[in-house]
Amino acid sequence: MDLMKIFLVALLVNNIVLMRFIALCSYIGMTSDVGQSIGMGTSVTFVTVLATAVTWPIYHYVLTPLNLQFLKILVFILVIACLVQLVEFYLKKNIPGLYAAMGIYLPLITTNCAILAVTFESIDYNYSFIESIVYAIGVSLGYLLAMVLLAGVRDRMKTSQVPKFLQGAPILFIATSLIGIAFMGFSGLIK
Amino acid sequence: MKNLWKIFKAGLIFENPLLVLMIGICSSLAVTSNVSNGLGMGLAMTFVLLFSEIFISAFRKVIPNGARLPIFIIIIAAFTTIVDLVMKAYFPALSKSMGVFIPLIVVNCIIMGRVEAFSSKQKVLPSIFDALGMGLGYTWVLIVISAVRELLGNGTFAGIQVMPASYTPILFFILPPGGFLIFGLLMAANNGIKSALKKREARQAKQLPDMREAKENA
Repeated sequence: MDLMKIFLVALLVNNIVLMRFIALCSYIGMTSDVGQSIGMGTSVTFVTVLATAVTWPIYHYVLTPLNLQFLKILVFILVIACLVQLVEFYLKKNIPGLYAAMGIYLPLITTNCAILAVTFESIDYNYSFIESIVYAIGVSLGYLLAMVLLAGVRDRMKTSQVPKFLQGAPILFIATSLIGIAFMGFSGLIK
Repeated sequence: MKNLWKIFKAGLIFENPLLVLMIGICSSLAVTSNVSNGLGMGLAMTFVLLFSEIFISAFRKVIPNGARLPIFIIIIAAFTTIVDLVMKAYFPALSKSMGVFIPLIVVNCIIMGRVEAFSSKQKVLPSIFDALGMGLGYTWVLIVISAVRELLGNGTFAGIQVMPASYTPILFFILPPGGFLIFGLLMAANNGIKSALKKREARQAKQLPDMREAKENA
């Protein structure tokens, strides 16, 4: 029950892109077509869950006993960078099909703030291991959802006339604002 | 000296990280629901940017090219940790309201971008000016966004009541969609001003006759 609540809050109520402004760079940059946005979204989902599964034990079983919690920023970013590199090597060698689909997005993921944010927050909120994993899945699926929604809107935008001064990035932010208003409706979902 | 001033001004206006380069947007929207948060974030960012640029530019000849990115990240993460701890110790309320965004300075594209593009190739002094220009350029845009959002959404400026007591705050502007809208409009205004300036320059250069000008405007 609690797990379902964590999942829904992370996915819809506190959607990471639309409600919390995290990972905007890739949200604007990688949504020019639907296929690309799905590729980026699934890659981020994969790495986020993996990163949470690795950083949570490191924090609780390595940093806490040694009293080195203040090093968490440094350690987490390095762990994520190494992890992304390892995943890339592994996929390239063993699952070339998946690598072809995800490969180009992987290097970009290291600096995706969504992943780092999730790993910090599962520590800050005192989640257990299982809760952290559920939280990571919820947040990253929320990211995927927002990416696909904006990509869909952008597809329509290609054929419509946008006022000149709104062309490019400004109209994307205004469209995001409108999607965000729709998402505000979810705020009553969980009490 | 003139050159240094030019570098400073580039960050502040002509290559403003948020409005022109469009990097580091994430944090700029999340913390701007009120002015004090915006200012705090801007200064924290300027601090990390300044010291990362100084260190990286001072050691730029020692850092091996192949391993530069991990080294940059470690330097940036070190200064971010300093800011995080200082804010937790001296400004606990501010630190709490900004939450995860202070540690997220590590992955802010502005810092990585400037370090890679500027200070890894330049001397220490120009790097200081670049960091100050970029940092303050980031800060003033944050203050503008947060001032609009706080004024309309809460009727206050940095916590002080500005609007008359009978003013009903438009909650929308404090909420996330309001942030997106304000930022989109700010960028549109920036585009508008830039294209107007360009048009005027072109007009002055070509000395177009009035007739054609009127046609263009219509």
